[in-house]
Amino acid sequence: MNGSPVGAPVLRIRDLQAFYGESHVLHGIDLEVEEGQVVTLLGRNGSGRTSTLKAILGLVGRRTGSIQVRGQETLSMAPHRIARLGVGYCPEERGIFASLSTEENLLLLPRTGDAGLSVEEIYAMFPNLLERRKSQGTRLSGGEQQMLAMARILRTGATILLLDEITEGLAPVIVQALGRVVRQLKDRGYTIVLVEQNFRFAAPLADRHHLLEHGRVVDTIEAGQLAGRMESLQEFLGV
Amino acid sequence: MIQALSGQLLLGLINGSFYALLSLGLAIIFGLLDVVNFAHGAQYMLGAFLAWMGLTYLGIGYWWALFLSPLLVGVLGLVIERVFLRRLQGLDNLYGLLLTFGLALVIEGLFHHAFGNSGSPYPVPELLRGGFDLGFMYLPKYRAWVVVVSLVVSIGSWFVIEKTRVGAYLRAGTENPKLLQAFGVNVPVMFMLTYGFGVALAAFAGVMAAPIYQVTPMMGSSVIMVVFAVVVIGGMGSILGSVVTGIGVGLIEGLTKFVWPEAASVVVFVLMAVVLLVRPAGLFGRQK
Repeated sequence: MNGSPVGAPVLRIRDLQAFYGESHVLHGIDLEVEEGQVVTLLGRNGSGRTSTLKAILGLVGRRTGSIQVRGQETLSMAPHRIARLGVGYCPEERGIFASLSTEENLLLLPRTGDAGLSVEEIYAMFPNLLERRKSQGTRLSGGEQQMLAMARILRTGATILLLDEITEGLAPVIVQALGRVVRQLKDRGYTIVLVEQNFRFAAPLADRHHLLEHGRVVDTIEAGQLAGRMESLQEFLGV
Repeated sequence: MIQALSGQLLLGLINGSFYALLSLGLAIIFGLLDVVNFAHGAQYMLGAFLAWMGLTYLGIGYWWALFLSPLLVGVLGLVIERVFLRRLQGLDNLYGLLLTFGLALVIEGLFHHAFGNSGSPYPVPELLRGGFDLGFMYLPKYRAWVVVVSLVVSIGSWFVIEKTRVGAYLRAGTENPKLLQAFGVNVPVMFMLTYGFGVALAAFAGVMAAPIYQVTPMMGSSVIMVVFAVVVIGGMGSILGSVVTGIGVGLIEGLTKFVWPEAASVVVFVLMAVVLLVRPAGLFGRQK
């Protein structure tokens, strides 16, 4: 999409350590995601999944190691510059601004590339948002807010999406709809990092699963190996 | 009787206009930067003084001063944000308060040293001399001008913040600046420009005030205490709240001057205490 060589990782993380003040949350994450791949970060609460996404965006206190986005080192970049490399973020709490209308939320994010969907395409994909465009962003239902959080990063032209727990607390029918959206995005060539509790949601979508524990990647499972690894995986996740 | 009352109410309306302009700037700055800008009074004084100096030393008139003085003070604001306030981000907002309080003392001290205590008059611009006879009272043109302009500026600012794209950035940044930056918005520059704008607004009020009040180094510190009370009553960070409360407080002061003159200077603070007891977040503030 953005002219990086085929097969080259669009996201390459090496020995990433991250800190919030005194507390050391990531202890050497290594991760590579290639163009067009969907990968998940799995792990229990506090294993460092959300912190990894935040560290990529520069939202943690201090970072060491290396994070390359499309070959560019981002460790010393301000968050807005990292976003402009084409990184779209959907935070766990969705981050819908309460003082903005639905449409203002949708149009707020600056465009970071040419690949962004037009507002018409977005409203075709999420018809509810068109209907409720004048409503206050946080008056939408949980599912609609999640759609809005996804829609607004698709408008920017970001092609590397960091999605944190997008199915959390949503009804099954909405989760299915989100699954279709992620599938469509994958078909369009987006690169996606999913942090997900809902393994049944993530399993059919992902090319690879990374298991995190104590701020490290302790295991990696390719989609093809999944069937044989189910038991150990369930034990790992404690389900 | 009616003449005395309407006279006091007009005075209250004038004062209220300045409270509104000043608390508007404070509210915008506090909302986005989380800085309680104690230098606001000094910046208001700077606006008035630059107008006076421009006229006295360079022959620059009121209309140019109305434009140039806020511009210069606004640029000074950009520098203050970039050099000092940015370093305090992430710390308790008490640090910003102390820093700006210190700046106010330095600025006012320098002007006091250079110009002494006594006030200098600033002439009303020719176009706005004279007044209208309303039958029950005489309304000087300049005072009508102050009320109208401050209303236009206040409503204009409210409109820009609530209804435009620039305002959407400001509102989103007020809610969650870190997230907004992670979405690709250059929030540090937004902070700088917002502080510059808020400070320019204070200087604008200063120029408007110059022909009404005496231009003195301490003119800011006397008005700023009331303005902070206005901000607390209206609700910290509420734009509409600060404008409505500013004008309301001015009118209440004027009314008190008519019925019980001795209480006029404390009525604002009594009101503040009552509001804090009943609605700690202020009349228009959102409970956190």
